[in-house]
Amino acid sequence: MYEGAVQDLIDELGRLPGVGPKSAQRIAFHLLQADAEDVTRLVTALTEVKAKVRFCEECGNVAQGERCRICADPRRDHSAICVVEEPKDVVAIERTREFRGTYHVLGGAISPIDGIGPDDLRVRELMQRLAGGEVQEVIIATDPNLEGEATATYLSRLLRTTVPDLAVTRLASGLPVGGDLEYADEVTLGRAFEGRRRVDA
Amino acid sequence: MPLYRDEAIVLRTHKLGEADRIITMLTRGRGRVRAVAKGVRRTKSRFGSRLEPGMVVDVQCYEGRNLDTVTQVETLAPYGDAIARDYTSYTAATAMLETALQLAEDLEPQTQQFLLLAGALRSLAERNHDPGLVLDAYLVRAVAVAGWAPSFHDCAKCGAPGPHRAFNVQAGGAVCSVCRPPGSSAPAPETFGLLSALLSGDWEVAAASDPRHRRQASGLVAAFVQWHLERGVRSLRLVDRG
Ligand SMILES: [Zn+2]
Ligand SMILES: [Zn+2]
Repeated sequence: MYEGAVQDLIDELGRLPGVGPKSAQRIAFHLLQADAEDVTRLVTALTEVKAKVRFCEECGNVAQGERCRICADPRRDHSAICVVEEPKDVVAIERTREFRGTYHVLGGAISPIDGIGPDDLRVRELMQRLAGGEVQEVIIATDPNLEGEATATYLSRLLRTTVPDLAVTRLASGLPVGGDLEYADEVTLGRAFEGRRRVDA
Repeated sequence: MPLYRDEAIVLRTHKLGEADRIITMLTRGRGRVRAVAKGVRRTKSRFGSRLEPGMVVDVQCYEGRNLDTVTQVETLAPYGDAIARDYTSYTAATAMLETALQLAEDLEPQTQQFLLLAGALRSLAERNHDPGLVLDAYLVRAVAVAGWAPSFHDCAKCGAPGPHRAFNVQAGGAVCSVCRPPGSSAPAPETFGLLSALLSGDWEVAAASDPRHRRQASGLVAAFVQWHLERGVRSLRLVDRG
């Protein structure tokens, strides 16, 4: 235990995700030795993020205004929605430059063991967006793990029954590019087989 | 550091740091184990898909002071992957995994609990029976293996031969008219029949049961489990009963 302010800082840092007691201590002492200017910049960034950043009323992504940059952009294809778990997934898909539609951020995945069911995610908001009739395709891009898969299963069942004309697709979960086939695990390889596509001559 | 190898069912995972996960497993030989799996959240990891909830694996770990570390994993049965493709089965499986997590003891051989859970997961993955019935059968048997066998025929208090009309969770199941504590419920005789079938594994009787009696049985089983497990089973509330 350290005295007063140092210990308070270590405690606060230790509450951040992925930061254990050792890392908290390391960051605290790094900050103690850093230039006052650098620390001020960090403090300003922290204050600004809480004051200015909100969540887009339409898709739930982080936004500076009522709507995020993507929802507000008329050049985006508003007939396609890509459903993701977190705002960081939007960033990852945007980096591919493959998708020109809009997003819907659920705010997590269904995880009954953590007490998170469909009602705790932004599923109702998604259904409201579909009620307008403009949307033709929903692409489900939840994480390729069990909770993400189960969330996709739940959503596709719900969409199939309530909006029968909608095209619902799921990201293919394939083999990592740059890897050797023999090193792929059996679940990934099995799913890649399932998602195989026809090679046009 | 000592190495060990065991058969295990993944019960639950927690994110750790940037790319690691803490894996809680029910092993056959040493009960509940918590181990770190390094780098499994990177998409290139070979371990990742094998250490998801509901997977049955052959695992090798080395013992650490607080947490063990996974060094090798081979899949024995990828039940979790098949189960997640059906939402009802997924919610049933999650409730089973959480129950197993709470019943299992650390460092004690858990062969019976292990086989029971593996069998129930297999049944869900292969879509052998209604997922709700698989869950309820698992729950009554898991508590029975843990030493709290309910009675669905003879009186749980005095042993008077059944059938009886009343059911009391605290008393341990069916109760005769003499022993019947206040606040006992009076389920249908068919519900008692269904509960006995689930406990003994009589799938023919269970499959022929009426939805009304299934609902009643599920309610009693859930109450029984929640009563015996100190912390309760959170995911039971979110089971998709169709
Ligand atoms: Zn938006
Ligand atoms: Zn009695």
